[in-house]
Amino acid sequence: MAFDRTLVSSMLRAGGLLLAVAAGGVGVVAFVHQHTAEHIELRRQERTLEQLEAVLPPRRYTNNPAADTLQVRDPRLGTDEPVTAYRARDHGEPEAVVLTVIAPDGYNGPIELLVAINRDGSLAGVRVVEHNETPGLGDAIEAERSDWIRGFRGRSLGDPPREDWALRQDGGAFDQLTGASITPRAVIRAVARALAYYREERNRLFTASGEAD
Amino acid sequence: MTATDYAGLARQGLWHNNPGLVQLLGLCPLLAVSSTVVNAVALGLATTLVLVGSGVTVSLIRRAARPEIRIPVFVLIIASFVTTVELVMNAFFHDLYRILGIFVPLIVTNCAILGRAEAFASRTTPAPAGFDGLMMGLGFTGVLTALGGLRELLGHGTLLRNAELLLGERAAGLGLQVLPVEQGFLLALLPPGAFIGLGLLVALKNGIDGHLARRAAAAGSPAAEPGGEPQQTAS
Repeated sequence: MAFDRTLVSSMLRAGGLLLAVAAGGVGVVAFVHQHTAEHIELRRQERTLEQLEAVLPPRRYTNNPAADTLQVRDPRLGTDEPVTAYRARDHGEPEAVVLTVIAPDGYNGPIELLVAINRDGSLAGVRVVEHNETPGLGDAIEAERSDWIRGFRGRSLGDPPREDWALRQDGGAFDQLTGASITPRAVIRAVARALAYYREERNRLFTASGEAD
Repeated sequence: MTATDYAGLARQGLWHNNPGLVQLLGLCPLLAVSSTVVNAVALGLATTLVLVGSGVTVSLIRRAARPEIRIPVFVLIIASFVTTVELVMNAFFHDLYRILGIFVPLIVTNCAILGRAEAFASRTTPAPAGFDGLMMGLGFTGVLTALGGLRELLGHGTLLRNAELLLGERAAGLGLQVLPVEQGFLLALLPPGAFIGLGLLVALKNGIDGHLARRAAAAGSPAAEPGGEPQQTAS
């Protein structure tokens, strides 16, 4: 079969152009990435710190919880993936732990929470990090929209008793949200599970380093 | 070189061939992030940047881009610009970036952009290509903003809430409580409200066009609006 020179050269030219455009694109993106990576990492840390401070006042600890973390994996935290536990210490003494907890059964998919638990097992605070709940109804779990989420502060597995960790309409001890019941139910269950997890794993949470299962 | 009809390009992008109202392209981001004015303007401007950048670049390499590979070349160019815009937003408008979320990378799938690259930028010189991208982008931004304003007003009773996300801390007080609503009109914030709002905007545009055409006809100048869309009246 004849060797078709024009066909080969046209293929080579087309391939060459694709290669050049791809290389150019990668070059531009790499350049921008190099100049923004530092800012992006800073923003990410700032945000984590902001959220930690919302659930745990900084005057209560002397270490940097954002740097004193532990990766934990437990079904009671609502996911099979390892999640981050931030540890707050006051002059080396365990003060509180902030757990990343997933409520898998939200109305529109999983709800990500930060649950701060004092050393004695009572709640220092709960905040919603990420959710897709209905605007105007389920999103009242955000601290900016209603005070509901602040109602967890000071509660523990004995207060109210474990069986009362439910909405009032379900015979429990927690206020409902107008127009939404699936969302707050999911949050309450997730917080209760996190408290149960903490009660059993407390010592290890403060002493283990790095990864733990 | 022939003179380019810049005024015509502007009219096409902003009105007669508006990506949102006439071409009905890029509806996914249009409907998803138009719940407030600030979100809408931010995504509109990001899209405009990509349109201008990809338009100029596509025009620059239009002679080298052979027909068989032009689409992959255009996609590569558009994807590079989108990733660049995404990184810059993540670094400098981080809160806004978090709100817009997946819709910033999804600009790459906005068919208005590939459409302009293919239909216009690949057939002209860089200056008109960039200008066309700017006008198309501003037209898209305009529709997004109008829809965002409508939905925010009905849903939250405000305009320009969270302006600080786009304009910095000094703009924090810019949000206006226009309507004294405690619980807004929820439908406006949900996806169906976006569809209904867009439908109303399209009807409004067609209504205005129809009105102008009738007035032009009554004034006895039949060729008043060449290049207009088939007219439709909305009542």
